[in-house]
Amino acid sequence: MKVLVAVKRVIDYAVPVRVRPDKAGVEALLPKLSMNPFCEIALEEAVRLKEKGVASEVVAVSVGPQHFQDTLRTALAMGADRAVHVPLAADTFAAAGAGGAAGAGGPPAASESPLQPLGVARVLAALAGREGAGLVLLGKQAIDDDCNQTGQMLAGLLGWPQATFASRLELDKGAAAARVTREVDGGLEVLSLPLPAVITADLRLNTPRFVTLPAMMRAKKRPIESAPLEGLGLAPHDVAPALAVIGVEEPPTRAAGTRVGSVEELVRRLREEARVL
Amino acid sequence: MLLSRGPARSRVGASGPLAVALRRLFSSAPEVSQAESSAGALKEFRAQVQEFAQQAIAPHAEAIDRENDFPTSVNLWKELGSFGLLGITAPSEYGGLGLGYSEHCVAMEEISRASGAVGLSYGAHSNLCVNQIVRNASPAQKAKYLPKLITGEHVGALAMSEPGSGSDVVSMKCRAERVGGGADERYVLNGNKMWCTNGPKANVLVVYAKTDPAAGPRGITAFLIEKGMKGFSTAQKLDKLGMRGSDTCELVFENCEVPAENVLGGVGRGVAVMMSGLDYERLVLAAGPCGLMAAALDAALPYATQRKQFGQAIGEFQLIQGKLADMYTRLQSSRAYVYAVAAAADSGTPADRKDCASVILMAAENATQSALDAIQILGGNGYINDYPTGRLLRDAKLYEIGAGTSEIRRYLIGRELFKESSEGRLKHV
Repeated sequence: MKVLVAVKRVIDYAVPVRVRPDKAGVEALLPKLSMNPFCEIALEEAVRLKEKGVASEVVAVSVGPQHFQDTLRTALAMGADRAVHVPLAADTFAAAGAGGAAGAGGPPAASESPLQPLGVARVLAALAGREGAGLVLLGKQAIDDDCNQTGQMLAGLLGWPQATFASRLELDKGAAAARVTREVDGGLEVLSLPLPAVITADLRLNTPRFVTLPAMMRAKKRPIESAPLEGLGLAPHDVAPALAVIGVEEPPTRAAGTRVGSVEELVRRLREEARVL
Repeated sequence: MLLSRGPARSRVGASGPLAVALRRLFSSAPEVSQAESSAGALKEFRAQVQEFAQQAIAPHAEAIDRENDFPTSVNLWKELGSFGLLGITAPSEYGGLGLGYSEHCVAMEEISRASGAVGLSYGAHSNLCVNQIVRNASPAQKAKYLPKLITGEHVGALAMSEPGSGSDVVSMKCRAERVGGGADERYVLNGNKMWCTNGPKANVLVVYAKTDPAAGPRGITAFLIEKGMKGFSTAQKLDKLGMRGSDTCELVFENCEVPAENVLGGVGRGVAVMMSGLDYERLVLAAGPCGLMAAALDAALPYATQRKQFGQAIGEFQLIQGKLADMYTRLQSSRAYVYAVAAAADSGTPADRKDCASVILMAAENATQSALDAIQILGGNGYINDYPTGRLLRDAKLYEIGAGTSEIRRYLIGRELFKESSEGRLKHV
């Protein structure tokens, strides 16, 4: 069974960000991009399925400008068998005032890029068909836009069952069905679904491995396939944004606390001012 | 969203936009120089090693110093090996990375930044032992010893100093007498070696001994000694000022029989093996104090921004800013020199003896001073062991002593300069 994993390049999780002066998005204070942590978890799970002999091939895919190939190299170093890059010109991103700045040496902006979940889902649907994937493993969301939509949209486009927020994944022997455990408010929910299916990874599904130096060196020598939109039967308008970002604001700064003199005053103010009692 | 994970979180080094830009330029515009492309690759390499060192080594640094031992919960040698750091200069056929001294220095620096003691033990293993085998061993010796040293299954060491022969190393007393002949030819070693880094744990040791005492420097031969060889033992672990946890001990040879096939680099060629090895050793070890200087800034900078006195961050006071500026300048100038000498060594010409001595002389003395400055910036907190600055000072001092003292380094540099000048072939001044 072939597993397709999408990996997104985002501002590194440890890098602080701030709202850009033009309020069109956020910018990173340090120029560091890396694989979206949830994508990393999804890829790790796929590689483990391969190591267990359940998956026959792991294909990593990324949609974006040329430098997204760096993230695909990391995917190869982590154990993906093949990497597919769906190129979108860097100026597609720069035109919307985002992302493209990274290449020019300026701080990278958040990817409130024209590329939105529906566009990515259409690309992945086309690739899943072309590859004959038996399972698409995705991160539950990306840490830049926090959309949490791509997996669900993809399942809808393909007409496949979906299990989101997987914290545990078991496949039966013939890889005909999957058991997925989800952490829900009341405890654990276990779903059973036939394959092919779309499954999205939550934080506790696994701990991704270190990419070793020899693996990274080998990955640099391996080819990355380029799969332009046209070759997938898609047109630019299929990945065009459907939503416009109107503005991005800092969260309001928290007002300083006040000291109350007695329990009575606290209760009175909770009742009269905060109206929570 | 808030993303939190445990400390065991594995991460992949992402490359910064500079590296990205360089690589992109390189792929589309061939006129970008090789040097720029390799600068980008080196930066990426550093990011990967740094991430590993900060997550796999740094959390143990304080305990390694306190317990004077590597952690028992995890085998750091195996971790270093599986990540790929133990054979940076070794060919890939033995499991190495087949890279150069620039990468080796980056690894030495970033590991030392996480823990000085692990850095020193790493240097002794990967350079003094592994790289000496790479440079001098026969194919059979390489095939026998390198793979396990590079995976971290075996620990490596090197021994030249003796209780009575430190700086004057050629005066060594350790004797290797040839006995038998033909297939039975072997050497019988007698004598002691002192201050051997990794000695208590080492499985494979490069040891120098005199095969022909009358021949002076030309009578020294290098041997590959294995733990467990009859007549070879280690004495008690030394209780050191710093670099605690990087085990050091005395080696004892009492009629230790070593097969002739374990001669490294040829009989009587020990001094050439030793001296050229010392050049590369000084170069790679010079990255250690750079890592300690980076660690000193890692400790002092956040402190200077968070610690408030007289109603403001102490980093706003110019006397503190002056110390920070000096620490930064020492670090960056030392790095510039280290990586320039490393790049020269990677260009294929033999290492320049005076530069190798000069670079570690400068970096070592700078690191001690930067550690002192870090302690001073932290004030009372810098003087207690809850903060890392005291450890940095104790660790840094080693580099003014190990791999040749500062005095020997100055002597070497001056002697080389005088020699080259009087022979009319001084190139670098």
